[in-house]
Amino acid sequence: MSVPVAAAPQERITVDDRDRVVPPRPRDLTVGLVALGVVAAIGAALAGLVSGPVTIPAGDVVAALIDRLPFFSVEHGLSTTATTILFDIRAPRVILGLAVGALLAGSGASYQGVFRNPLADPYLLGVAAGAGLGATLAIVTGTARLGAGFVLPAAAFAGAILAVLATAGLSLRRGRPGGPAALILAGVAVAALLAAVQTYLLQRHADSLRVVYGWLLGRLSTVGWAEVRIVLPILVVSAAVLILAAGAIDVLAVGDEEATTLGIRPGLTRALVLAVASLATATAVSVSGLIGFVGLIVPHGVRLIAGTRNRRVIPLSMLLGAAFLTLTDLVARTVQAPAELPIGVITAFVGAPAFLLILRSQQARA
Amino acid sequence: MSGASPIALAARDITVTLGGARVLEGIDLTVVEGEWLALLGPNGAGKTTLVRALSGTVRHAGSVTFGDGSVTGDGAQGLRGPRGRARRIAVVPQTPVIPPGITAFEYVLLGRSAHQGLRLSASLDDRRRSLAVLQRLDLEPFVDRDLATLSGGERQRVVLARALVADAPVLVLDEPTAALDLGHQFEILELLADLQQERGLTVVTTLHDLGVAGQFGDRLAVLHGGRLVAHGTPAEVLTPDAIGRWWGVDATCTVDAGGRVDVTVRRRRTDASPAGAPVTTPADDATPASGR
Repeated sequence: MSVPVAAAPQERITVDDRDRVVPPRPRDLTVGLVALGVVAAIGAALAGLVSGPVTIPAGDVVAALIDRLPFFSVEHGLSTTATTILFDIRAPRVILGLAVGALLAGSGASYQGVFRNPLADPYLLGVAAGAGLGATLAIVTGTARLGAGFVLPAAAFAGAILAVLATAGLSLRRGRPGGPAALILAGVAVAALLAAVQTYLLQRHADSLRVVYGWLLGRLSTVGWAEVRIVLPILVVSAAVLILAAGAIDVLAVGDEEATTLGIRPGLTRALVLAVASLATATAVSVSGLIGFVGLIVPHGVRLIAGTRNRRVIPLSMLLGAAFLTLTDLVARTVQAPAELPIGVITAFVGAPAFLLILRSQQARA
Repeated sequence: MSGASPIALAARDITVTLGGARVLEGIDLTVVEGEWLALLGPNGAGKTTLVRALSGTVRHAGSVTFGDGSVTGDGAQGLRGPRGRARRIAVVPQTPVIPPGITAFEYVLLGRSAHQGLRLSASLDDRRRSLAVLQRLDLEPFVDRDLATLSGGERQRVVLARALVADAPVLVLDEPTAALDLGHQFEILELLADLQQERGLTVVTTLHDLGVAGQFGDRLAVLHGGRLVAHGTPAEVLTPDAIGRWWGVDATCTVDAGGRVDVTVRRRRTDASPAGAPVTTPADDATPASGR
């Protein structure tokens, strides 16, 4: 570029005093906050591994975990039964909780970012309604019991993806992507239609109500490591894409038109983020049912401590969402042990009042 | 003043159709490097649409060629995406969207987006440039302030800072003073004139106020009904005849030695004033009341 950047003012900054002069050092703060999030997630995971009908001492859990690592051999006082509980029952469930929490909270934060709407949640574009209908279909037709239990998640996943595709297709304006409002309205229409079909099916198959409701309320039950193997690759991919796109989502905060003048493609950015976040949500829903509030409450909590920039909000939401859901699941399976409460009930029970508190504190600040 | 000077921006045959209506029709407009071009015209003439076409935020036929020879569109030298255009043309929108909870510094940093990599993470250089521009515009005390808490005049300077930090040779402003009182209007305009000198910037502004255009513009272009109807120096464009024809008001125009034009607008209904004496209104009220 031929235009020089104002030379005179630049002389006022030297390398020595730049920490004082150049004001925010966002990266340092982000690193600190992310470290905090990692600690929270590890703490929650440890609590989840320790607690249950049989308490396994934390020291033994850590020792047994290290013992599992290649090249390490550590003595731990765990019986074979305890080891089996730890590695075949609790560990997959804890890891699934971490992954589903991260997926839902990260997707929620991304949805809120690209829609510039703090009330957007990852079920906005029809994921929940589609998954619900898919699962209902699998249950009422009896196919849910086939295929080693994998027909149900597959049907829920397919329903969720088809619903989001329908929403995206309906929001097109003359073949080009419509704006955020068009997407949200199309999502509302698709969700209403699918919910109507689902209600009709349930009414015709009243005997399946309990099973369908059990699924809809969400739970983190696992069959060994199978669910974890499905979810982890999606978690890695979506975390990478959403964290990479967070900077562009921050630019979108000034609106599509200004973002274009700043060099960003708003339509493409929104489409990419929504596609990945919807895939992440559909995956989470397919293995855990409809767990509400995580995608809403966790990003809002994060914004209270870390500000509104998505560069921080998205990775932190994933970490704290992981911690939150793991702890919620711990509550769900211990409060009324040996019975398990649906985790969706706990997230709503904790989430709704917490959400109100956050809203009130924001109003108090304003 | 043009002639041999290099071209900063050349719009060729810009045509925009919105909702079936021709909003701009065959606009040909050349802006010379270092020049201040003021786009004038009554409401609905197409000023803002032309700015949007130049900055690539509205679909248009025709092309825009920049000083480095790059052309918008799909040709061999085409600037297909918004990124290339953002490096050549920086925009101050008429009503900027202020994201919630953003500090002045974070906001200015957004202006570096077109220079950043895939993750759009700000380098130390980006942060230094942002701070330097904020200092130049006397905004250093506000760097960590929430943008929403600044006054209208301060906020307008922050938006200008975001455009300046983009380091683009052409700066386009859509009604940069629309929301400001008289004092702050002139503060922003004088600042723009200084920056134009310091950085050799090419400035394109839409302006409602003919008096301001006559004082600050090097060249003026008048749009009317989506067409370019006049283009030239202030003295050539701002004549009582032209103002009467395009804005439907009576005005006197005084050209000073430097080629700047004073525009004074008069009421037509002289019977409204005592003893038929002409009532003069300040030039700021030159906004058309009687339409086209």
